[in-house]
Amino acid sequence: MSVLLFLAQTLRIAVPYLFAASGGAIAERAGVVSLTLEGFMLGGAFGAVMGAYYTGNAWLGMLCGIAAGLLLGTIHALASIRFRADQVVVGVAINLFSVGITRFFLQLSFGSSSNSPRVVGFGSGSGGGSAAFLANPLVWLGLAVIPVLAFVVNKTRFGLRVRAVGEHPQAAASVGVPVNKVRYIAVIASGALAALGGVYLALDQHQFTDSMTAGRGFIALAAVIFGRWDPLRAGVACLLFAAAETLQIQLQAAQIIPSQFVAMIPYVLTIVAVAGVVGRSTPPAALGKTSE
Amino acid sequence: MMNQRVRTMMEESVLPPLVALVVALVAGDLLIMAYGQAPGVVWRTLLEGTWGNSYGFGQVLYKATTLTCTGLAVAVGLRAGLFNIGAEGQLAAGGFGAAVVGLMLPAGTPWLIAVTLCVLAAALAGGAVGSVPGILRARFGAHEVIITIMLNFVVLALLNYLVSAKLHVPETLHTPEIHAGAVPRLSSAFAAFHGSAANWTIVIVLLAAALVWGFLFRTRAGYELRAVGLQSDAAEYAGIRSGRVWFNALTMSGALAGLGGINFVLGYKNYYEDGFTGGAGFLGIAVALIGRNNPVGVVLAALFFATLSQGGLAINAMVPKQIVEVLQGIVILAVATAVPEVRRLLRGSMQRRKASS
Repeated sequence: MSVLLFLAQTLRIAVPYLFAASGGAIAERAGVVSLTLEGFMLGGAFGAVMGAYYTGNAWLGMLCGIAAGLLLGTIHALASIRFRADQVVVGVAINLFSVGITRFFLQLSFGSSSNSPRVVGFGSGSGGGSAAFLANPLVWLGLAVIPVLAFVVNKTRFGLRVRAVGEHPQAAASVGVPVNKVRYIAVIASGALAALGGVYLALDQHQFTDSMTAGRGFIALAAVIFGRWDPLRAGVACLLFAAAETLQIQLQAAQIIPSQFVAMIPYVLTIVAVAGVVGRSTPPAALGKTSE
Repeated sequence: MMNQRVRTMMEESVLPPLVALVVALVAGDLLIMAYGQAPGVVWRTLLEGTWGNSYGFGQVLYKATTLTCTGLAVAVGLRAGLFNIGAEGQLAAGGFGAAVVGLMLPAGTPWLIAVTLCVLAAALAGGAVGSVPGILRARFGAHEVIITIMLNFVVLALLNYLVSAKLHVPETLHTPEIHAGAVPRLSSAFAAFHGSAANWTIVIVLLAAALVWGFLFRTRAGYELRAVGLQSDAAEYAGIRSGRVWFNALTMSGALAGLGGINFVLGYKNYYEDGFTGGAGFLGIAVALIGRNNPVGVVLAALFFATLSQGGLAINAMVPKQIVEVLQGIVILAVATAVPEVRRLLRGSMQRRKASS
């Protein structure tokens, strides 16, 4: 099989990871735990399909998906920052809520608990064509989002504030940084960014299927952690994980390694990285702690 | 002084379930009305389908049995200041361990020995999974939340491989039936439970809950565990080795989650099936949260969530059963946000009163 085809397939798999990982990176750098990426993606996917179904326009669908992400991001932000709830618990709750609410409205709107009807989307929706997916504007947006985020986090005033509130909120507050406001922005933005990953999935497949994100939000979180909370490294980790998946799909016929073992790669690498066996991965100092 | 105790009891024991109940009712009303049904009728049907007849009640008991285990698992972790969100994988591993031992034992193995071995295998398998974040936390300081999430996926993929490649009955994703160690249904003694999955493993699980209570509140090791959970630096200063406590707590937590596997494998289907956990591990977090990390509270909270879950099936003809998943999410969110908030408000008003007097 050609190298180009391999790269194309890898890219296609990587796009939702890139979106979700960029969301995870910004929220976690601001000190808020991002277990919610999976729920954001699912909400985004569902919002996109609802929007595309009722308006008949894929772009409006995308906006609806983003709106769903903003809404879920706001819930996460309010619970974690305003109410200082345990962020891990909030994450689990939002993921559970997202699965339930999408199923509920799937049933309410389309009378099916498994999938929506076909809607307009980007690209052919058949999934076969090797380069056809490049016609999907979200692919290009997905490729751009990581470098842009890396610039924002590392080179702008806002990025400096994000890093400050994630590492040492008290110090940031003492020099006049509005800690909670920065965190609100970061968490709500993470909702929209991760939702775009779901939007891509849904509009690429031209429909919503029950729990269609299938754990991708957690792979993206693994990429963030494996990339040591740095946007660029997280992006590279996304590509690496996607390449492993592509390899697995290609090797499936050959039966060299059982697919389950390839599926484990992102998680095992992340565990190894966090345990610090090779190059310790250390989270932002104030991650999960809301300032009083 | 008395006032203080009453208030602490209010905050710790009464408030969380109260918030959970009120929020579930209000949010449920809205969702039911969104679907064009009358809330009163739906709630009545839910109660009749769960606590109102013995089949439904049996199903509630069955579901609560698994949830008690995963809830205890999360609670023990939290008491040590650690968040184990790996109960899903540990529960699956426990079920798998019980099934493998049940398959290895010859058919005629004396019942008591077979059940004991299978139960031990479930706890050992779950404990083994739990010991991984335990070691990584104690030795390298690795954050247990990240490790346990990631480990869930690794364990579930591994079990999926073992079942699909080595052990499955053709055309299915489950193992053959175990030869020994099966535990009878409750209907063997109480005919009314006929057809429900409720089984005698509930006794083992309640015993485990009692043991956890005794361990936490009546032993030195349990005291040390709670001390580390409250303030690990202070505990360290008092001569308690936090690393060791963390390892023990996470291993014990995993073993408790693993124990939950016997409910399905020994008590219900008599085989291990891929995906039997169905989110019970994650729901354990909600159970521990509302049960305030207290074994008695955990059992009650498990009954609450089991009622919701079984109730969803009872009302499915009127409202989609998915309403229950939405409610679960909302309840967790509400308890996690409202309880600390109300506590702060109560504290605030007390302080104001003190200041003014």
